[in-house]
Amino acid sequence: MRYLDEYRDGTASQRYAETLRAIVTRPWTLMEVCGGQTHSIVRYGVDEMLPPGVTLVHGPGCPVCVTPVGILDRAFRIARRPGVIFTSFGDMLRVPGTCDDLLHVRAEGGDVRVVYSPLDAVAIAEREPDRQVVFFAVGFETTAPANAMAVKLAATKGLRNFSLLVAQVRVPPALEAILAEPECRVQAFLAAGHVCTVMGTAEYQPLVERHRVPVVVTGFEPVDLLQGVAMAVRQLEEGRHEVEIQYARVVRPEGNAVARRALEEVFEVTDRSWRGLGPIPRSGLGLNARYAEFDAERRFPDDAPAAREDPECRAGLVLQGRLRPQECPAFGGRCTPEHPLGAPMVSSEGACAAYWLYRRRRAVAAPAAAPADAGAKAEAAAGAAAAAGAG
Amino acid sequence: MCLGIPGEVLETHAGPGGLRYGTVRFGGASREVCLEYVPEAAIGDYVIVHVGLALSRISPEDAEETFRYLEEMQELAELEGERQAIERSEVP
Repeated sequence: MRYLDEYRDGTASQRYAETLRAIVTRPWTLMEVCGGQTHSIVRYGVDEMLPPGVTLVHGPGCPVCVTPVGILDRAFRIARRPGVIFTSFGDMLRVPGTCDDLLHVRAEGGDVRVVYSPLDAVAIAEREPDRQVVFFAVGFETTAPANAMAVKLAATKGLRNFSLLVAQVRVPPALEAILAEPECRVQAFLAAGHVCTVMGTAEYQPLVERHRVPVVVTGFEPVDLLQGVAMAVRQLEEGRHEVEIQYARVVRPEGNAVARRALEEVFEVTDRSWRGLGPIPRSGLGLNARYAEFDAERRFPDDAPAAREDPECRAGLVLQGRLRPQECPAFGGRCTPEHPLGAPMVSSEGACAAYWLYRRRRAVAAPAAAPADAGAKAEAAAGAAAAAGAG
Repeated sequence: MCLGIPGEVLETHAGPGGLRYGTVRFGGASREVCLEYVPEAAIGDYVIVHVGLALSRISPEDAEETFRYLEEMQELAELEGERQAIERSEVP
C-alpha cells in the first residue's frame, strides 16, 4: 500500500541504523509515548537495530491502559442497565476493572457492542430510539475529534438517547508528569504522530524549553521510527532541544485547525486520573456545559463503590518506562492475555501485550546461560531485519 | 487506539447530517469515511483515516523527506567516519 510499504523497507531501515551508529558518541535514553509506536518497535525489532547505548523506553502511550479502574467499573454498571446499548472500540472489552470486564458483562446479558467509529454508535441510536446508546469515549487527542463529531451529529439530529462516557486524555501533561519524577532518565521524546496531526506542535514548545528535552513528532512504521530516533539523537549529540517533525507527510506544525475548533466547541480541559500514574492536573477532556446533556455520567448517576487495582499488577511502573514488561514477576505466568492482571496485557496497544505477542519465547529463554542468550539475540536481530523487509 | 491508515479518496458525497463524506480505498478494501475535518482533500488525494474520520491530507512532497534525510544522515556519517580516521592516524 502506498505510504506504508516504502516506510517498512528493510534496506532503508538498515541504512538508517548504520548511519545512527556512525553519529552516536554516548548512551542516550529516548521514550516513545504511543502504543502504536511501541508495537511497531517490538514487532519489527527497531530497538534491536539501534546502536548499543541508545535505549527506547515505552511511555504511557496506550489510552486504554491509562483509563482508571473507577471509570471501567462505571462502564460495567451502565452496560448492565436494562434498556442500554453500550458501545465501545474492541480493545476495551477485555480490560479488567475491579472484578469484571465488558466481555463478562455481555456474557451475563448486557447489550455490549463493538463499533469501528463513534459515528456508528450515533447511527445505532437513530435506529433504536427506545434504547439508550452509550459510547465509551476513550482515547488521546487523536480520537477526540471523532467523539466531538459524534456528539455534534447527535445534537443536530436531536437524539435524546445518545451519550458519551468520557475518558479522554491529553498527552503533554503526562510528559510533564514523567519529567517531574526524580528518577526520570528520559532525555528525549518521540511524540505521537497522530496526536500532533490534530493538535500541532505548539503545546510541546514550553515543555522543550523548560526541561531542555528534544521532542520529535514521529510516525509509526520502522523507517519513520528510525528517522525519529536519528533526529532526536542528532539533537542530543549537538546539544540542541527543539520540537521537530519527522512525520511531515501527515503532521503540520499548526495541526488540524478544523478538528481543533470542534474540540473547543464540545469539550473543556479537566483534571484526570491516569491508571498507573495517578491524578494529573489538566490532563483530560470532558464535555462542556453546552453539551453536558450528552454526558453518560450525568444521565446514569450512581454511588460509585471503591475501585480496586490488582495489587500484583506492576502496570504503573511499565507505563512510566521504569519496568520492562518481561521484568514483571507476573508476566506470562499469573498474567496472560487470557487472565490479565492489568490493562497493558490485553489492550491491542499495551506494552505487555506487545512483548507477549512478539518476544515471549525469548522472555522465557532469558535466564539461560549467556552464550545461548547471545545466540538467541543474534537470531532475533536477524528475524527482525527480515520482518522489517517483509512487513 | 491512535491507529491511522492511509487511503485514497475515490469520490465525495453528502453523508449523515449533511456531513462531507467520501469513499476511501485502503489497498483492496473501500469504506465510507467522514471528510468533514479535511475540507482541502479532493478526489485522488491520500488521507489518514482514524476511526472512520479523515484527519489529514498526506503531502506527497513531504513524503519524500524521510529518504532525503537519510541521504543527509549518510553524508554526515561519512564525514564523521573521515574525522575519526584522521583522529586515529594522529595517534602515534
